[in-house]
This record gives sequence, structure tokens and C-alpha cells, in this order.
Amino acid sequence: MTRQGPFRISRRFLHVWKRNLTIYRKNWKISFLPPLLEPLFYLLAFGVGLNALVGSIQYRGTEISYIAFIAPALISINIMYNAFFETTYSSFVRMYYQKTFDAMMATPLFVDEIITGEIFWGATKSVIATLIMQGVISLFGLIDYPAGLLIIPLSFLGGMAFAAIGMYFTSIVAQIDIFNLPIFLFITPMFLFSGTFFPLETLPAWAQQLSLLFPLTHLVSLVRALAFGVIEPALALNVLYLIVFTLVFFPWSLVKMQRRLIK
Amino acid sequence: MDFVIEAQGLKKTFGPFVAVDGISFGVSRGECFGLLGPNGAGKTSTIRMIYGFSPRTAGSLKIFGLGIDEGLRQIKSRIGVCQQENSLDTELTVLQNLEVFASYFDIEPSSARRRAEDLLKFIALEQRRDAPVIELSGGLMRRLMLARALINNPQLLILDEPTTGLDPQSRHQIWNRLEELRAGGLTILLTTHYMEEASRLCDRLIIMDHGRILVEGKPVDLVRQYAGRDVIEVSEPTDRLRSFISSKGLPHDDLGHRLIIYCDNRDQIYGEISSQYCQEGCILRMATLEDVFLKLTGRELRE
Ligand SMILES: Nc1ncnc2c1ncn2[C@@H]1O[C@H](COP(=O)(O)OP(=O)(O)OP(=O)(O)O)[C@@H](O)[C@H]1O
Ligand SMILES: [Mg+2]
Repeated sequence: MTRQGPFRISRRFLHVWKRNLTIYRKNWKISFLPPLLEPLFYLLAFGVGLNALVGSIQYRGTEISYIAFIAPALISINIMYNAFFETTYSSFVRMYYQKTFDAMMATPLFVDEIITGEIFWGATKSVIATLIMQGVISLFGLIDYPAGLLIIPLSFLGGMAFAAIGMYFTSIVAQIDIFNLPIFLFITPMFLFSGTFFPLETLPAWAQQLSLLFPLTHLVSLVRALAFGVIEPALALNVLYLIVFTLVFFPWSLVKMQRRLIK
Repeated sequence: MDFVIEAQGLKKTFGPFVAVDGISFGVSRGECFGLLGPNGAGKTSTIRMIYGFSPRTAGSLKIFGLGIDEGLRQIKSRIGVCQQENSLDTELTVLQNLEVFASYFDIEPSSARRRAEDLLKFIALEQRRDAPVIELSGGLMRRLMLARALINNPQLLILDEPTTGLDPQSRHQIWNRLEELRAGGLTILLTTHYMEEASRLCDRLIIMDHGRILVEGKPVDLVRQYAGRDVIEVSEPTDRLRSFISSKGLPHDDLGHRLIIYCDNRDQIYGEISSQYCQEGCILRMATLEDVFLKLTGRELRE
């Protein structure tokens, strides 16, 4: 079946977003822990452990500590994980096991609104997680302010990009186990090769070019620049990439989801 | 006639498979209309087209006099649906389930709360209002599904097997509630596998099979027409009985170990059969909708 008509999205998608928020607030104590503790673990392991081995690193012509280098990457990875896991595993559970979308479809909501609500919620989780993690990292003096404040709206944009592609995968997987595949082939390489734990310049040229396809590469560049108080025109390209990425996968996931849900 | 649902040549296919094969029916205001049929008959597929969940393959469908394609959002906001599978928010409490669902209809939080509390009273769940749904029994979940379907004060209530899997107590509870709603003038579309439920609740019903309508009518009329007044059931029938039945030309179903005879003049024939032809067991009972159903749809298992 082809798509019937244009996208049908009204502000009603916020009801879906709000539903997820209601449930999140019930479990907030558990939901708060990972972004709170994770940076502490990483900063301990990498900062104290690896720092001794790596020493300092060159960033924009200055020497910085390894820990200052990876702190923005931790925030970026956190943005990716929160949105991506929300619109993959969590959305899949709601769609497939809990029949939440079926119930919503018997109300004035349309599929496009349900999926939009889910994607916005995924991005919202990135923002919440960023607020917590950035708070912790700031206590170590690793983020420059006021430029660092821009990381918060940026976390929403990054969250939208990863929530949209997550939802795209949700629209095509037959079973929940299959998410292992995009995680293994997409998320893990990004986690390692997006300028997260070592500078991209240490990679061969072809690999550097390839890594520019990863949304995480652009997100890490942005968060790192902001964390060091750098705001420059070149960053607009990174932002543009994230916007284009979202503008591709958001509508695409709506189309695919419509096809999956409407029978 | 003031029709709430008007279906003309309604058809639904999944690839080459025809689930609903061009059916036509109308449901008028205030009526409780039953959709009966064996597993896979196409009941849920029909219902899903009516509440706008699935697009139809062919045919026309009007709800509240509005074409389903043009008026979908408006139609959806005036319908309440209790789906075949429970789809409650198990992490939330009973009350929150109703409140969250109300928000999908753009109902203000304060009136949602009031409506939710009324409904909890209606289904006798007010004591459990703060219990997480995950702790409820199957019967309570089903009652909550019913309450949730009523949250928007619908003008049409669609129930897909509302009582399947419930104990007799819960089932009667739901029947009482549905009778109250019907008495209040609500239009109801109901599917069920319980013939007793259909006889009790439905003003009119259709029995469908393989996506087609076999019969349509009032339960009592259908029973009269297809099963007669009485039924005699004989276990382990003898060949002597079989030839007696044939000689009398009585309509019957021969199931091998069991013979079902449809008749109108109960006393005379039953007397004769029970005294002369009955060795194992032999009962006389009123004909029911179940007899009609089995007669029309056969006794083979589906799916
Ligand atoms: N999405 C689908 N894709 C393919 N076939 C389907 C789909 N949904 C239903 N069917 C088929 O259509 C037929 C009718 O299904 P439907 O669910 O309408 O039956 P039903 O009358 O509600 O049965 P039950 O009493 O078991 O609920 C079945 O054979 C079913 O397998
Ligand atoms: Mg069904």
C-alpha cells in the first residue's frame, strides 16, 4: 500500500509525548541514575586510569588533558543513547507488546502524531540526560560557560536525529532482538570512531571522510567546541548536517511506520 | 432511518486473502448490533475499518452520516473502542490510565478526572483507583478497558469480544453495565463468541463466516427460523433412531456419537424418542442461538 495523503500532524502529538513523560516521572529515580553515575565512572576510569598513559592531547592547537577531551564526547554519546534506545527498544515494546499505539489509533490521534510524539519524547530524554550529565561534568570545571549553555538546545537537535533514525529501525525490524544489528553495525562504530576517545586526525584520511557520515561525529565536534567556549562559523556545517539527517529520517520513519501499523 | 453505521459492499483484503468480502449492513441509533462468526470470520477486520484503524479495500462506509475518509478525525472522537486485546498502560494506575486516555481526546484534565471517577464507580473499580494496572486480574483489566472506551462519552461504543476469558461473575457484571448503557440510548456494536451474550444484549445481529454475512436478524427470530422451538439431543444414537428420524423427516445434525434433532412439537416426539429409542442419554431443551450458529457455520474447527 502506498501512503494515503499528506502527513497528518497537529499539536495533538504532544499528548503522546506527555503520556511518556507521565510514565517517566513515575520511575524518575531510576531514570536519573545512569546519566548521573555514568560520567563519574568514565571520568574515573579514563580520567584517572588512561590519563596517566595518554597524558595530554592537542585540540585546536592547545594542550588539553585527556579527561577534558573525552568529557564532551561522553555528553554526545549520552545524547545518542538516550534518544536511540528510546525509539528503538522502548517504542518497540509499546508498539508490539503493550499495543499502546493500537489503543491510541482508536482515538482522534493519527499514526503520524503518535510517531512524532515518540520521536520528540526520545529527543526530550536526551535533553534530560544532558542536563544531569552536564551538571556533573561541570562540577569538575570541564565546561566553559556561557557557551556551554548552548549544549542544551543542541542536545535536543542531536536527540531528534538519533530518535528519528531509531524509529526508522523500529519500523523495519521484525523482532526486538534484531536491534542488535543496527547497534553492532551503526551505534558501536560511531561510539568508537566519531572523534570520541581519540582525535579523528589520527585516523587514515579515508576513515576520516567516512566518519563524517556519522551524525555522532558532528555532534561531538559541536559539543566539544562549545565545552571549550569556541563558537565559530564552521560549526554551522555540523549543525546543518544534523538538521538534514533529521529531515531525512523523521519523515522517512513516519512513512515506514504508517506502512507498518496501518493494516 | 437514523443510521449510525452504514456499510455498503465493505471489503478488506490482505494480499490475495479476502478477510471481509463485500458485506452490507446498517446499525441504527440506540441499537445494540452483534457481529458473530467463528475465528477468522472477519469480525475484527470489519470493526477496524469502522473505527478507522484500517483503510478499506472497497465499499462505502458512513459513520454518523459522515464518510469515513472525510470525517475520520471527527468520527474517531465520537467513538469508544474496546479492542480485542488489552492495551492498558500497565505502568500507570487505574485512574491515570483513564486520565491519560482522556488527554488523547483533548479533554481538559479537570473534567477528565471527574469523568474518570464516575466511570470507576460505574464499573465498581473505585476502590482500586490508585492500584497499578499490572496488579489487576484479567477481569478487572477488561472492565477498565470498557471504562476507558467510555471516557469520551462516545455516541457509538465498539466492543470486540469484551468478555472473552472472564469468569461468569465478571461477565455478568459487564452485561449489566452494557444493558444500562443500552437503556441510556447508546449505540453499541459488539462481537462475541458467547451466544448467550449475543442473545441477551443484541437487538439485531449478523452471523458471518469467511468474510460473508450468512444471516441477519433478531436473535429470537433467527432461533425460530433456523433451529425451531426445541432441540432434542441424544447421545450414542442407534440406527433404529436414525431411521425413525428419517421416516418422520425431522431436521437434524448427526455427529456420530451425538444426534441433534430440531423440532417444534416437543412433547409428542420427545416422548416417543425417550421411551423407545434412547439408551444412553437424551435431553429436551429450548433451541438457542448456539444451535443456529453451529448449524449455519458448521462444526469443523477454524484456524
Ligand atoms: N494484518 C493481517 N494480515 C494478514 N491477514 C490478516 C490480518 N489481519 C487479519 N488477517 C486474517 O483475516 C482473517 C479475519 O481475521 P479477523 O481478525 O477479522 O477475524 P475475527 O473474526 O475477528 O476472528 P477471531 O474470532 O479469532 O477474533 C483471518 O484469517 C486473519 O488471519
Ligand atoms: Mg477478532
